[in-house]
Amino acid sequence: MIKDMSYEGLMSRKNEIMKKAVGIDYFEFESGSIRFDYEKMMRETGYSIQEMQKIQGEAGVGNTPVYELRNLTKLARKLASNGKGARIFIKDEAANPSGSFKARRAANSIYHAKKLGYKGVIAATSGNYGAAVASQAAMKGLKCIIVQECYDSKGFGQPEIIEKARKCEAYGAEVLQLSVGPELFYIFLKLLEETEYFNASLYTPFGIAGVETLGYEIAMQFREMEGKDPDVVVATNAGGGNVTGTARGLIKAGAENVQVIGASVNLKGLHMASDEQFNKKSFTTGHTGFGMPFSTWPDRSDVPRSAARALRYMDRYVTVNQGEVFYITEALAQLEGLERGPAGNTSLAAAFSLAQELNEDKIIVVQETEYTGAGKHIQPQLSFAKENSIKILIGEPKDEIPGKNIILPKEPSLIKAKDLDLNKIRKSYIKNCIANNPNVNITEQDILFLAEETNSNVDFVKQILEELNK
Amino acid sequence: MSIAKKGTWVRVHNIVLNPSERAPQVPDDTKNVPLEMWDKGFLLNDEAKIGDNVEVETYIGRKIEGKLIEINPSYGHDYGKCVPELLYIGRQLRSILEGGESND
Repeated sequence: MIKDMSYEGLMSRKNEIMKKAVGIDYFEFESGSIRFDYEKMMRETGYSIQEMQKIQGEAGVGNTPVYELRNLTKLARKLASNGKGARIFIKDEAANPSGSFKARRAANSIYHAKKLGYKGVIAATSGNYGAAVASQAAMKGLKCIIVQECYDSKGFGQPEIIEKARKCEAYGAEVLQLSVGPELFYIFLKLLEETEYFNASLYTPFGIAGVETLGYEIAMQFREMEGKDPDVVVATNAGGGNVTGTARGLIKAGAENVQVIGASVNLKGLHMASDEQFNKKSFTTGHTGFGMPFSTWPDRSDVPRSAARALRYMDRYVTVNQGEVFYITEALAQLEGLERGPAGNTSLAAAFSLAQELNEDKIIVVQETEYTGAGKHIQPQLSFAKENSIKILIGEPKDEIPGKNIILPKEPSLIKAKDLDLNKIRKSYIKNCIANNPNVNITEQDILFLAEETNSNVDFVKQILEELNK
Repeated sequence: MSIAKKGTWVRVHNIVLNPSERAPQVPDDTKNVPLEMWDKGFLLNDEAKIGDNVEVETYIGRKIEGKLIEINPSYGHDYGKCVPELLYIGRQLRSILEGGESND
């Protein structure tokens, strides 16, 4: 039989291709209604912390150092009111083999793929995850294909993405690059069907559980260094895996009272699938263009049920502007002697502002850094912005308009994390959940599930359902 | 014009979807342009020049076809041009920490 390779034809075989390529029958965790058993999925298809520490340890991943940012703390205290200014720490995830925390996700996925006997792995990513998968695949002797969204229709590519292509190729991977558009998923499915490789999705239980070691390590390191758990952990939020894994790891370490704050770069107004706007942004990840849609509907990912469910774990969700992140990236280099990639510093910009709300005896942790290099650095990223008619100004960050300008704060006191209304996001999630499950009679179990999913309570969910006439 | 011999490392380009074939949810500006792809591999044809349709074997061993666009492709990304707008940051931060001006 000749297979229908048209867009519609291939998309209609999506579930069958995915089941083969991930090795998980997601149907087992479904209730037939809205609810699915998230914890059962994580338990039965993931790994325990001890197993993961072994897997990751053998792959050179994890146990990254924690540094206290004494000068940035001093600066925050100068700007804060009397007695305020928490101690700021950073976990140097750039020390992982491929230069970012994504190595944790990849190590688990690749281990699992190897165990199940796949000959190769494929991941659809323009970010650090591609390099992480390629690096881990190289260690395990698996073939690797990375599919990137890279260029606009004029053939201009984000320097950051081109650098990641280079890094993947350095590890022996094939990098298939595409122009802008969600049909990347079509190519991805086509490759999975053709090669029968493993889908090293960012959103499988193994991948997300891989980040749990990060949260777990933070708890252990602070107990050893400071004799207590940190008060706040800030994690950059895009697809939700970073927040989810870190928070779950903290919980597994018994550090349940740590406040988990998600942070994204504000790219409000830019359409992620727009050819014209693709190169108007200076961040390719860690931004609201992923953070918002994935928080309000995680199951839009490349697997039937995403294991990354950030809304379950975020106590607060804040945004910072592009100019603020570039400024803090420069500050990290100039004051702390740490030159790291801008995207990974999103949570640092937020933490610098949040520290000023907290008392001096509190501890706030930025849980990642990423590598920097040609293309993936403030200078080429701002040069590229200028080439795309973005104005670089020095002034008030609040006046920044994504796609039009980037405003470097004229003073560090102007760096301010802005809170997003979590209740609004929760409501939006419930609305999306209902829209994606038409003709379903909502059960009491579903309501409990929605309360868990939104980190709220039954009364809140009932009130929203009433507002939606459900 | 340079000629690539069999086995040379090259970059190829393809149109994956024409504008009329693009997914329904795509915004209009994206729908007006094709979905394009780029990949690299070792040339399988005996010889070819830029613009020829060729077959290549990718680094991991897949065979794909495409239009030859670059022979021995290189990376062009770098550290960009000088961005003078960034130069104030370090000095400003150091002066605040040193207690200069009225920041005490």
